[in-house]
Amino acid sequence: MRDLPNPDFLQEGFPLGDLIPPARRIPRPLYLSAEEYAALGLKCGIEVHQQLLTAGKLFCRCPARRYSLDHHASVLRHMRPTLSELGEYDGTALMEFKTKKNITYMLNRESVCTYEMDDTPPFPMDQRALQIAIEIALVLRCRMVSEIHIARKQYLDGSIPTGFQRTTIVGVEGMVPFGDRAIRIIQLGLEEDACREVSDRGHDRYYRTDRLGMPLIETVTYPELFTPWEAVWFGQLHRLLLRTTGKVRRGIGAARQDVNVSVAGGRRVEIKGVERIPLWGPLIHYEALRQRGLLSLRDEASRRGNPAQWLTTTVPVDPGTVSTLLPPSWDTAKPMAVVVLPGFRSLLAWPLGGTRTFAHEISDRVRVVACIDRPNLVHSDDVPEAWTALRSLAGAGEDDALVLLGGNEEDLVTACREVADRCREAWDGVPSETRQVLPDGTTGFERILPGPDRMYPDTDLPPIEVPPERIESVQRDLPMPPWERANRLRAAGLSTRSAGYLARRRDATAVFRVLTNSGRDLSEALVQAFVAMWDSGGNRDERVACQVIEAACDGVIHPKAMPALFHLLRAKPHDDYEALAREHGLSLLSADDIGPMIAEELSEGKKEGLFVRIMKRLGPRVQAHTVLDLLEDQGVAP
Amino acid sequence: MSADERFKGYRGPARALLERENVGVWSDVEVATSRGPFAGIILPRSEQADDRHLVIKLRNGYNVGLATNLVERITEIGRREAHYKIPEKEFPFDPGRPRVKLIGTGGTIASRLDYRTGAVIPAFSPGELYGSVPELADICNLETEKLYAVFSENMGPEQWLGTARAIASEMNKGVAGIVVGHGTDTMHHTAGVLSFMLQNLPAPVVIVGSQRSSDRPSSDAALNLIHATRTAAWGDIAEVMVCMFGPTSDEYGLLHRGTRVRKMHSSYRSTFRTLGDIPLARVDRKGVYPLRDDYHRRGASPKVHLADHFDDRVSIVYYYPGMKPDVIDALIDHGYRGIVIAGTGLGHVNKPLYPALKRAQEAKVAIFMTVQTLWGYVQMYVYDTGRDMMALGVVPAANMLPEVAYMKLGWALGKTDDLEEIGRIMLTPVAGEITAREPFDGYLIYQGGIPEIEAFLKGVLR
Repeated sequence: MRDLPNPDFLQEGFPLGDLIPPARRIPRPLYLSAEEYAALGLKCGIEVHQQLLTAGKLFCRCPARRYSLDHHASVLRHMRPTLSELGEYDGTALMEFKTKKNITYMLNRESVCTYEMDDTPPFPMDQRALQIAIEIALVLRCRMVSEIHIARKQYLDGSIPTGFQRTTIVGVEGMVPFGDRAIRIIQLGLEEDACREVSDRGHDRYYRTDRLGMPLIETVTYPELFTPWEAVWFGQLHRLLLRTTGKVRRGIGAARQDVNVSVAGGRRVEIKGVERIPLWGPLIHYEALRQRGLLSLRDEASRRGNPAQWLTTTVPVDPGTVSTLLPPSWDTAKPMAVVVLPGFRSLLAWPLGGTRTFAHEISDRVRVVACIDRPNLVHSDDVPEAWTALRSLAGAGEDDALVLLGGNEEDLVTACREVADRCREAWDGVPSETRQVLPDGTTGFERILPGPDRMYPDTDLPPIEVPPERIESVQRDLPMPPWERANRLRAAGLSTRSAGYLARRRDATAVFRVLTNSGRDLSEALVQAFVAMWDSGGNRDERVACQVIEAACDGVIHPKAMPALFHLLRAKPHDDYEALAREHGLSLLSADDIGPMIAEELSEGKKEGLFVRIMKRLGPRVQAHTVLDLLEDQGVAP
Repeated sequence: MSADERFKGYRGPARALLERENVGVWSDVEVATSRGPFAGIILPRSEQADDRHLVIKLRNGYNVGLATNLVERITEIGRREAHYKIPEKEFPFDPGRPRVKLIGTGGTIASRLDYRTGAVIPAFSPGELYGSVPELADICNLETEKLYAVFSENMGPEQWLGTARAIASEMNKGVAGIVVGHGTDTMHHTAGVLSFMLQNLPAPVVIVGSQRSSDRPSSDAALNLIHATRTAAWGDIAEVMVCMFGPTSDEYGLLHRGTRVRKMHSSYRSTFRTLGDIPLARVDRKGVYPLRDDYHRRGASPKVHLADHFDDRVSIVYYYPGMKPDVIDALIDHGYRGIVIAGTGLGHVNKPLYPALKRAQEAKVAIFMTVQTLWGYVQMYVYDTGRDMMALGVVPAANMLPEVAYMKLGWALGKTDDLEEIGRIMLTPVAGEITAREPFDGYLIYQGGIPEIEAFLKGVLR
């Protein structure tokens, strides 16, 4: 068993392992070695969707992130595919149309207006969101466009009531250094967030609209990550990079990632909506295994037959005659049919990593396309001996596989066709698709992967010019990359570990300013005291914090007295902090102050444990070495 | 390809750049810029946009603009022209289904992108419609005729008369019903005037459009068209109607009487409302369900009576406090023969207008009073102001909507010069434009925000 390792390389001079958060415990699969993934030809790219910290939404003036579980009204919609700008229909769109979903949007008056429900055209784009997007595009070293064109990206799953997402490209071809190489960025886009799904059962899908329309940026990388752990490390690094701007939202769901995975001979598969980066590890691993399994299934299918001559048959079945084959939760009131798959015996149980088999792939498709919830099929590779009667009823041979399905009439027809379609794709290997994350860390089919044909220019808003002066002014104030910040903290005297910790804190920018503004050398003790002080509650006043650090560095106070002085100075700002410290008994005592005390103790003949007694008595007002020196002068061993 | 086609929408420096680099729209190019290379297809540019940017469709499908002064070099590596075509399939004929004629005047039942303006323009043929709304074949045998292709604000007397004549001619050939595709802005104006021009209809005339253009997945166009053809083919109401969304949800449409309907929201799907009355019927994918009994029935008249006349020397004056008489004077001086006033409250204007009204009376200009409250009747006896105005020849037009009164006055003036006759025509209801009584629930529009309405919307209606 191999754990997800920690990175052991330098990120522009700073050890990445000390900069990104340590891997937390998550269910770990049996990872392969880097060499084994390389032999599979594993490649991953990521798409990160990150909400921006704005007061309002992107194309209307509703407040952002006012989530609630309550709603005041609902709206029902259906989606139809439309032509792309270049006159093509998008495959995903057509498949979604086949599914015939009733989509209900739940509306809360606090969080939506007529824009979100698609009853009002868009208002001009939120300028703050655009400004943040420009900044992040520059952080990711993108090639900036000079005019932003708003596009409509079709989504017929219903996650957006218009049927499309308003989306833009702000920059292309960026890069993020990653150890001794760079991970290239395909594009940085600014777009509106989608609805939150509430439920999806049968033909009915429900969405909440509060999140809809919030501004987010999408970073898309090239597939240049080659192991699950590299993807996780890069994900953490990218998140850190965005957070250095201080202008992105945090918290559950504020960042959602898609992971694109392929192996040699396979195709790009997109795993959607992963909220925790460490989860990428198992997801990527299992997807690699799934694609490997599908490729070996392809070879086996090709060995057995030719798709051009492969014909399935469908036979209606009386539910009463097959009840022993059905799980208890099966709805036996609905019509049933069996699909005969010639020469497919044992292929439905073909292993695809973890507990998944090829039958799961088929079941997923039936659920999504025919809208029949699971359990939606049983098959003859599962307890083959129980199928003898049905086999002869359906006129199937020993080498054939059978799939038994149930559902209302129209859905059943769709389901039988979908089973045949998916099995025919077995000869094709890995279908390009979008997959959703399942609770066990594996994934299930969500929809086929959309292409550029789902893009359409938004005719409701004109292009927005981004003049060079605007780009230059943002460029001048770009935040420092976190690894550079960590390097500088280290140069100021911190340990690598502390420097990494401080550079990845959520308030890293402010912390860095305070610690480096003092211009003093920082000791480990001082930094620990600083963190205690900084996190001790109350207003994090940077100017006061700088004063306190100066006081500690210059020996006016002991580092342990920093929180106390911080509180005093915040309550009563004072330029002469030395006097204030003295007044409140916080200032460090000199040898002259302590000398008489030692002499007094000695005159009373109490030599034993003298050092400990003095330290206890004076606490954070005295440096240990000062006391030790004095004791030595008096010829007393501590 | 002509030069205009090759540089579609590009002017000034941007066009000069394309010419210099010997590329044009639809060229698949690599653009070297001072910020680095970009690759994609050069797209046409909107004519209203500036002349300092090129539009490139990147490989990922996104469009971006590149400032011409950043561009160092453009290399053409191929061409890819857009072939925008709604998949056209022959509309299947079934002798068992009724024949419906769809007459197009404009609007976006089906549409495509116009690169010149960046806006959408309509596409329209039975095959195209079948390609995008295949459900229509379950309802009727559809024929189409493109009469006009104008935005609805460009409809006028010529188009109204032309449309009325086309409908009458089709109607008398025995179609089961007629659907008129129309932009929504002035749909209620056209519905009003057609209600007067087409009388004793043997079959339904259904005016339909869409509030969300059909180039978007959530468009209301397809469902509106399904509802309209359902009404035209199978409905029992042989009147001029507007068929648009009832609620904003994809649930059902409402059939509004042509003389009582008005567009009441600039962008909402369910923008059309019957005013001062209740709608004629509800329609869904399966059938038409009348909400009342007092409608003209299918087959009750053998032939349509076409009354195709209109005089456009008529105006609506929307009164506002402080209005000066010169507004009325100008109309009289320019030879207008009829004025519909949308007055305040029960139908009032201020005293300074009286001399102008008197001049109008002397010039034999027909003046009718309607209310800008839209709901309710004109009542000019209640206050002295009203009586004074009636003495000046202003005729109260009961509860006719201002736009409908405008249409009716133009129609009446097209028929006769006789003021007395005009007064008689105006006040005799032809198609429900004046009703004898206002139902207690006619003035029921859902007032969101009031708790009981919210509870109702949440539980019963979407």
